[in-house]
Amino acid sequence: MIAATGIGLRLGATDVLSGAQLCSRPGQVVGLIGPNGSGKSSLLRCLYGMLRPSSGAVLIGDEPIESLSQRSIARAVAVVTQDAADDGIGITVGEFVLLGRHVHRGDHQSFNDDDRSFALEALELVNLSGFAGRNLQELSGGERQRVMIARCIAQQSPVMLLDEPTNHLDVRYQHEVLALVRSLDMETIVVLHDLNLANRYCDHLALLDQGRVVRHGPPDEVLQSDVLEPVYGIEVRRVADGKHAYLAFGPREPCTATSDDRHRRWGHTR
Amino acid sequence: MVISLLAVASMVVAIGLGPVGVTPLTALSIIGHHTVGVPELASWARTDDAIIWEVRLPRVLLGAIVGMALGVAGVTLQALVRNPLAEPYIIGVSSGASTGAAAAILFGIGSGLGAESVSLMAFLGALGALALVLALARSTGRITPSRMIVAGVAVGYLLSATTSMLILFADSAEGARAVMFWLLGSLANADWSTLPIGYLGMGAGMVLVFWWRRRLDLLALGDETAMASGVDPGRTRLVLVVVVALCVGFAVSLSGGIGFVGLAAPHIARRIVGPVHRHLVPAAAALGAVILVWADVAARMALQPRELPIGVVTGVLGAPVLVALVRKLPHNN
Repeated sequence: MIAATGIGLRLGATDVLSGAQLCSRPGQVVGLIGPNGSGKSSLLRCLYGMLRPSSGAVLIGDEPIESLSQRSIARAVAVVTQDAADDGIGITVGEFVLLGRHVHRGDHQSFNDDDRSFALEALELVNLSGFAGRNLQELSGGERQRVMIARCIAQQSPVMLLDEPTNHLDVRYQHEVLALVRSLDMETIVVLHDLNLANRYCDHLALLDQGRVVRHGPPDEVLQSDVLEPVYGIEVRRVADGKHAYLAFGPREPCTATSDDRHRRWGHTR
Repeated sequence: MVISLLAVASMVVAIGLGPVGVTPLTALSIIGHHTVGVPELASWARTDDAIIWEVRLPRVLLGAIVGMALGVAGVTLQALVRNPLAEPYIIGVSSGASTGAAAAILFGIGSGLGAESVSLMAFLGALGALALVLALARSTGRITPSRMIVAGVAVGYLLSATTSMLILFADSAEGARAVMFWLLGSLANADWSTLPIGYLGMGAGMVLVFWWRRRLDLLALGDETAMASGVDPGRTRLVLVVVVALCVGFAVSLSGGIGFVGLAAPHIARRIVGPVHRHLVPAAAALGAVILVWADVAARMALQPRELPIGVVTGVLGAPVLVALVRKLPHNN
């Protein structure tokens, strides 16, 4: 269990987060949503020590994060980061997933057979058994993202954080990756851009706006037009097809301005 | 493993090579005579004994450890700054060593330090440069790859300029030549008195790098991945930079600024054993030793009886190798 309360974060002269709070939920997928620059990734980075908040507290279990070594944090929290996905060093899938076991071995210890079987099991869980010898760079975006998740599984930390795992993926892979995340039944926090994906795959949502969580609750409560419109500044409509509800978005002002509008905007009068 | 054997074999053969040829067997017997008491044979001359034991063996041993240290330093820095073009001298340490050496050669600064004053001044120069680079790279918080490169390059330029100025002010053609020869590197100063210090210093550094081999894998994948895997990238980078700088400081103090080995050895090693540092660190070390030992043979033999600076040999041979490697890199890299 990981909980952040009253998180403030100042980077340079900008307040990125001001009083944000977030909590993981046992066995559930919590989605972190919000417009660009609302502080989603920054808040996630505070949860595993990548960024140190200037105020507030992050608790991992019952321990404040500052009292834990980086290794202890990693034993509790596994992260699908954005940087390893575009790695250019030419490592194999098997070696990469095996690195997830680093938290359980001393620097000098080599990985043993247990570690290797954990890594292979993790690859099986993400449907990539047989990929261990492949070069990470040769994989498709969706496969690579599944490898990132396999590394987290191999790490065996009870909480998993994912920073925009559907970035750069086409629609099919977006669903594939998130369906996989759901099927793992882990305590998960995922940063998502796409609100329809958040609606479909998350049990609980936290909506960030200008560095604070302005609303949280089940997707049905958070993904309402009266909640989203002021935050995103666009028109939001819910469309139901019987089984699922979808969100449709449009600009608040009509795209094609009438000639009257144009004249008004440019200050002409008739 | 194979590369290590190649390195050892290279050393044995290289000991025999030079203006006076000695067969590897004789060379081994002479070494055996001095170390484990193999009885003296009539088949080798007294001069052979002196050449092998007093001149060539220390030289080859120095070449091997310096080559290993440069290879390991190259691999480490490439992982630390996530850039395949990083090499041991990018952190400005060699420029610092050169400034120290130039001050000692041209102005006799530090002559109170004894017979090895040039080496000692070079080492002090390397430490000074390291302190300056760290101060600059850390001034705004955690050491990141770009901060490290910029700080290293800036300090490198500053100290190179200082060295040039020292040469100009000294106004001594003889001194300038000596500094030049030193800057380009040479194993000619190898002797039994300085070897143990070099082996101890560089050996300890390489052991630590190998100890932390997996941290290098994680840092090469990115700071966030390292952090998520329980490795503090800032602190790890700091420790490794200091260790590598000390290694390079020892190497440069004992043999001058030998270029290209630290860049070429890691690249060739990566082609042979892949990017995982468990294999890459030892392979780059062994290849560094092979390259430097053979470069020194070429330096001794190419223009007999004159000796070329070894940096000239590694540069002339290394540049085409590097160009060939770069041409083979994937286009998206």
